[in-house]
Amino acid sequence: MERFGFFTDTSVCIGCKACEVACKEWNDVPDDLVGWAGSSHDNSVGLGADRWRHVAFIEQPVPLGDQQANFQRDGGDFRWLMESDVCKHCTDAACLDDCPTGAIFRTEFGTVVVQPDICNGCGYCVPACPYGVLDKREEDGRIFKCTLCYDRLGEGQEPACAKACPTDSIQFGPLEELRERAGDRVRELHERGVGEARLYGEDPGDGVGGAGAFFLLLDEPEVYGLPPDPVVTTRDLPETWKHVGMAAGALLAGAVVCFVGTRR
Amino acid sequence: MSAEAPRVDGGPEGDDRGRRRKGGRDRDFPREDHPGDSYYGRPIINPPVWEEREIAGYLFTGGLAGASSILAAGADLSGRPALARGSRVMATGAIGVSLLALVKDLGRPERFLNMLRVFKPTSPMSVGVWILAGYAPLAGAAAASDVSGRLPRLGRASGLAAAGLGSTVATYTAALIANTAVPAWHEGRRELPFLFAGSAASAAAGWGLVVAPRRENAPAVRMAVLGAVVELGAERLMERRLGMIAETLREGSAGRRLRIAKSLTAVGALTAGFLGRRNRPAAIAAGAALLAGSAFTRFGLFEAGMASARDPKYTVQPQRERLREREAA
Repeated sequence: MERFGFFTDTSVCIGCKACEVACKEWNDVPDDLVGWAGSSHDNSVGLGADRWRHVAFIEQPVPLGDQQANFQRDGGDFRWLMESDVCKHCTDAACLDDCPTGAIFRTEFGTVVVQPDICNGCGYCVPACPYGVLDKREEDGRIFKCTLCYDRLGEGQEPACAKACPTDSIQFGPLEELRERAGDRVRELHERGVGEARLYGEDPGDGVGGAGAFFLLLDEPEVYGLPPDPVVTTRDLPETWKHVGMAAGALLAGAVVCFVGTRR
Repeated sequence: MSAEAPRVDGGPEGDDRGRRRKGGRDRDFPREDHPGDSYYGRPIINPPVWEEREIAGYLFTGGLAGASSILAAGADLSGRPALARGSRVMATGAIGVSLLALVKDLGRPERFLNMLRVFKPTSPMSVGVWILAGYAPLAGAAAASDVSGRLPRLGRASGLAAAGLGSTVATYTAALIANTAVPAWHEGRRELPFLFAGSAASAAAGWGLVVAPRRENAPAVRMAVLGAVVELGAERLMERRLGMIAETLREGSAGRRLRIAKSLTAVGALTAGFLGRRNRPAAIAAGAALLAGSAFTRFGLFEAGMASARDPKYTVQPQRERLREREAA
């Protein structure tokens, strides 16, 4: 089957958080608002077990393309970056590789989903994820994250967040089509003078084999709390196993040395 | 936020585009509220949800168990009954504590057996569970046979098999923590297995020095010295490898723990080496220092990983560096 995903175009995000609300409503994700986080209009802090969409707010003294903000009293430049973050549904997903129970699997839509009836809350996927997506719901003990609305996809519906997004900042569709659309959008923005527009996660040659949910950003990824060069940790696992094997062998060989020629 | 901040990257008429291509950065105004070029200083990865007591404790007890089985097998084959029995009993106790800690740390402990639904070489935790499933009964059988005196041949065979598997019990945990996005652990993936092997050997030797009479403790003395040298050497190499991430091994509570660990391990190994064969109380003291040193090493490395996960700069800066190198190449 065709692979589906998200293209989140942050250049048209207005920070309304409809995606956060729709996600919580549809997926019955518990309320866990922390109150104002003291970082612009952010009140949900970051992705986690109870936040499958997170809208980031960044304030910068930078003009946005040809827009006139006239926002500050002194008339200085200002732009607001807003970005609705979500699970990346990686091609090479570290959470899926690391899950020891098989609770995390890849669906027929190419998305990555945790099965709550199998997850035993070992927590290995949490530090495996290079984006900090998965987390443990403490009162429950299991791990939760975005399912890309697996239940809705099965019924031919788009995910709740994309459905609710009033500006089409969140676009859902076949990944190939989204990549084409995103490329066109970047070119358009560049022509309109927004030279800083760039795609993040769309490249199948990146460290996670390309994200199933990718983004159009207006600044470096880390400004939005995204890693600049994420790599699936299991890419290095063969090397790690090799060193474990050598160390285990060295331990046995060293032990032999400890006994050779010892008199009693 | 100040309007005086230098204006850069202002669109088509901006003069910054060359700079962006050159330096890979598009702005350079100060970001007081974004330390480490991050989103308000928040972690990029989610730090592990593992409890320190259970998981750092397991890194220690697992290593102690695995290496104790190896020491026990050697003692058995070379006719050192007290060292063999003490090490076998310790291996069984330590792996028992390990299993309890691992189950307790699950969010849903009653679903522990879900671990045995699948075998996944891509998941060191899955591989580890299967290793433990094979190892624990063998270690237990060896100890039970030794203590009860029953089925001595089966006991010896179990002990030898436990020694073989014990080498992986003591080292796979390095892959367990290295196979994450935690900077201090992942970047230490080449050295951690040797560090853990050395730490496990010095811990098992430490216990051997505590339980074995002088006439039996020569191998334990050697293992103590060898283990300590490997542990300290591997840690040094790892520190060099980690670059700026090595700060997490030196600073804060991780740094304190690792300094204590190094002192205990060095003192324990020196005492064992010079006095362990001659003086029983000195051997016991050396053994205790080595056990404590190994535990401090594991708790220190655990905390170093947590610290490297909590501060986004340890995630961002090495990745930025990598991108710069790739761009330059």
